[in-house]
Amino acid sequence: MSDIPDRVRKIVVEHLGVEEDKVTESASFIDDLGADSLDTVELVMAFEEEFGIEIPDDAAETIQTFGDAVKFIKEAS
Amino acid sequence: MFDLTGKCALVTGASGGIGGEIARALHAAGATVGLSGTRGAPLEALAAELGERAFVLPCNLSDPEAVSALPKQAIAAMGAVDILVNNAGINRDNLIMRMSDEDWQSVIDVNLTATFKLCKGVLRGMMKARWGRIVNISSIVGATGNPGQGNYAASKAGMIGMSKSLAFEVASRGITVNAVAPGFIETAMTDKLNDEQKTGILGQIPSGRMGSAQEIAAAVLYLASPEAGYVTGSTLHVNGGMAML
Repeated sequence: MSDIPDRVRKIVVEHLGVEEDKVTESASFIDDLGADSLDTVELVMAFEEEFGIEIPDDAAETIQTFGDAVKFIKEAS
Repeated sequence: MFDLTGKCALVTGASGGIGGEIARALHAAGATVGLSGTRGAPLEALAAELGERAFVLPCNLSDPEAVSALPKQAIAAMGAVDILVNNAGINRDNLIMRMSDEDWQSVIDVNLTATFKLCKGVLRGMMKARWGRIVNISSIVGATGNPGQGNYAASKAGMIGMSKSLAFEVASRGITVNAVAPGFIETAMTDKLNDEQKTGILGQIPSGRMGSAQEIAAAVLYLASPEAGYVTGSTLHVNGGMAML
């Protein structure tokens, strides 16, 4: 459980090609980390696989920031 | 050219004339094929004819749950869906003034909504693979309209608009989305026309003949091939010059 933020950060860094220190709690994937809308779909796919969870489309739309992702995954796994 | 060795293709409507030829063409190019359709017997016969690399995946596209399940079944059978050919289609012809809501809806459901759902269902794997080919079989009437086919023409025009939109969305991931628009092709669907109708139609075709299912399959094979990687969002009209679009 405690390693969830690190694992999420690793996926974001790899996928979006951003510096690790840019991936802060409030960092928005689209506004701060340069993702486009399709990147966010792919991030959600990657989270689902990494954590063995299913993220429904309506929930996926609420995951806008790194903090949102960590929070959702903590609750779901 | 057009080598599909190692690729897995899902073809809907494979029990029909055009769908069967599409499956044969992709299979001959080396692809593993998933044959989907409502009628089991013709699918089994086609699978037996093709031999290895052919899987029968029965599905009634008017059943939303069956449509949602089909991509998963195809992936379970073949390991992946690299190529999707949305070929299945129905028609319920009538003048708009006499068309029932049911006849409108059933054609939209099978031709357009099932196409959307199948595209959505296979995209995940294609996105991860950074390679995919979607070919949607539209129709000349989607571009020109046709009296008595308001529902069918709307569904076929809708497929083109959806294909173009999806082509935009996934082009950066190595996935192409195109449409093939057949004109009048010798199939069970066009056999229903009477001689007078056929003569009238032939008079409008510069080639002076109906097309064959093989000629549609060849267009699909091209769009499914690695060589067509720079072609996306297009509609390939195969109609003997009947409409030069």
